Amino acid sequence: MNPAYSVILFTTASGAGYGLLALLGLVGFNHGPVSSFVFGLVAVVTALGLITIGLLSSTFHLGHPERAWRAFSQWRSSWLSREGVASVLTYVPALLFGATWLDIVHAPTMIGPLGLITAAMCVITVYCTAKIYSTLKTIRAWNHPLVVPVYLAFAVASGGALLTAIATIFGRFQIFQVILTVVALLWLIGLKFFYWRAIDNAARTHTMAAATGLGQGVRQWEVPHTSENYIMKEMGFAVARKHALKLRSAVFILFAITLLALASCILSPWFSFIAAPAILLAAVVERWLFFAEAQHVVSLFYGAEKA
Amino acid sequence: MTSLPTPQPNQKKLGLVIDLDTCVGCQACATSCKEWNTQGYSAPLNDSDPYGSDPSGVWLNRVHGYEVKEEGRDDTRVVHFPRSCLHCETPACVTVCPTGASYKRAEDGIVLVNPDTCIGCKLCSWACPYGAREYDYSHGTMKKCTLCIDRIYNTNLEPEDRAPACVKACPTGARHFGDLGDPESDVSKMVKAREGFDLLPEMDYKPVNKYLPPRKRRDAVTSAAIALPKGDGSAMDRLFAWADKFLSGKPSGTIASLEDFSDKLEG
Repeated sequence: MNPAYSVILFTTASGAGYGLLALLGLVGFNHGPVSSFVFGLVAVVTALGLITIGLLSSTFHLGHPERAWRAFSQWRSSWLSREGVASVLTYVPALLFGATWLDIVHAPTMIGPLGLITAAMCVITVYCTAKIYSTLKTIRAWNHPLVVPVYLAFAVASGGALLTAIATIFGRFQIFQVILTVVALLWLIGLKFFYWRAIDNAARTHTMAAATGLGQGVRQWEVPHTSENYIMKEMGFAVARKHALKLRSAVFILFAITLLALASCILSPWFSFIAAPAILLAAVVERWLFFAEAQHVVSLFYGAEKA
Repeated sequence: MTSLPTPQPNQKKLGLVIDLDTCVGCQACATSCKEWNTQGYSAPLNDSDPYGSDPSGVWLNRVHGYEVKEEGRDDTRVVHFPRSCLHCETPACVTVCPTGASYKRAEDGIVLVNPDTCIGCKLCSWACPYGAREYDYSHGTMKKCTLCIDRIYNTNLEPEDRAPACVKACPTGARHFGDLGDPESDVSKMVKAREGFDLLPEMDYKPVNKYLPPRKRRDAVTSAAIALPKGDGSAMDRLFAWADKFLSGKPSGTIASLEDFSDKLEG
């Protein structure tokens, strides 16, 4: 699948934003009003900023961005529509939570419930994003039960790293921020390891024989075009396996750097300024691979033997 | 609504039956499709750089060619394979659409894209296993086969012309249009008689369009032994052999026209 940069930017930025926002909601639920107004403000603005940048960038790859509002209508059947609805709905509890948490609106009893609702909406939105991909039967690497947990774990790990870094700036660093991020990251590393192993070992059950109905001895003889067509541009993109392995290693090295930097936060919390960019970069590379490694079943009509 | 319509008893399922035995790969279906649809429901079907060195564009029907080697034979045959929307009974391209632009008609099962509400997110093309949907970069919307909805119900056309452009254009009668929901229709009978099949049946999209397999090859027609006549040693043969020898200026050796190539070619 062609890795569209707007979609990669959207899923990584909004994922980190929703992760951060969810953690802020839980912090509010646990601690009540924020201890430092500036810290709270910067954290909430960063989270909502990342989410908003992500959502805006997702409209860049649309043919008709001015019609994007129509995407809120088909939530009964479409995960993309559900994601759109959930992402916009999340702003309501998020803004109310921000206002009460920062004590702009004085309602201390509402911080806890609003924090929980905000966190739940963040999880629902990221879940919907992942479901767009994981429900596509046409792409074996996406139609896998580990896709949704990986998206959720990435959101929490990158959100946690951002929270640690922002807290450090305003002297609000606490060890639980690191512990939470490390737990999420270890969970993510495990999921990603098993995901890659699973898609490498899975049987490629769709064949050119079944696609064309012409039996085992079929091979492509003449292509149906004189130059590259849309199907090939969009679905035909495939990264060479040796490059994919290099990039997978890069993701794991970035995971290791993040983990090491987080552990070093015991020495100095400023190490979180290595952890946060490292995990975000890991997310970008991983998301690029998520597209580039995915083989679409239509490739069977274009000469692939199996998919 | 991108939720699928509930199938009714005796549900009409309009679709195509494509005969892989008779298709000669002439591209008439593809070009007539482009010609009709670039001015019809899906208009425009844009091309970029059409007369330049790197032309590309939207086609709703493309003809592949496959080489097929049957088991127990050394030689192969070429099968021309037109591919367009199969108007599936359970098409994920419809249910994934966030706007309701992609929909399946309840009355005849035709899958369409509303060009006025499509936002061009391309997700439907990801959901289609058959590569039937092509994005129009210039128009910013998704294009697909409409089963020539603006022909088949078009009362301005003569009744015999109310068929998809590709079916009308096919010079070998390899494309057939009809109601595959009606077991008594010509297309349904044809599918039954010729063991028509679904593409990628395991995906469970339940395509309405069916393909008829190439017929078994008759050896008598393709045998090189029959294709090349053998000399029978008659006076005429000897005359030609002498003429050949004389005109070729060969000093001696076997005469080409008398040599039996059949065993060499057949292997």
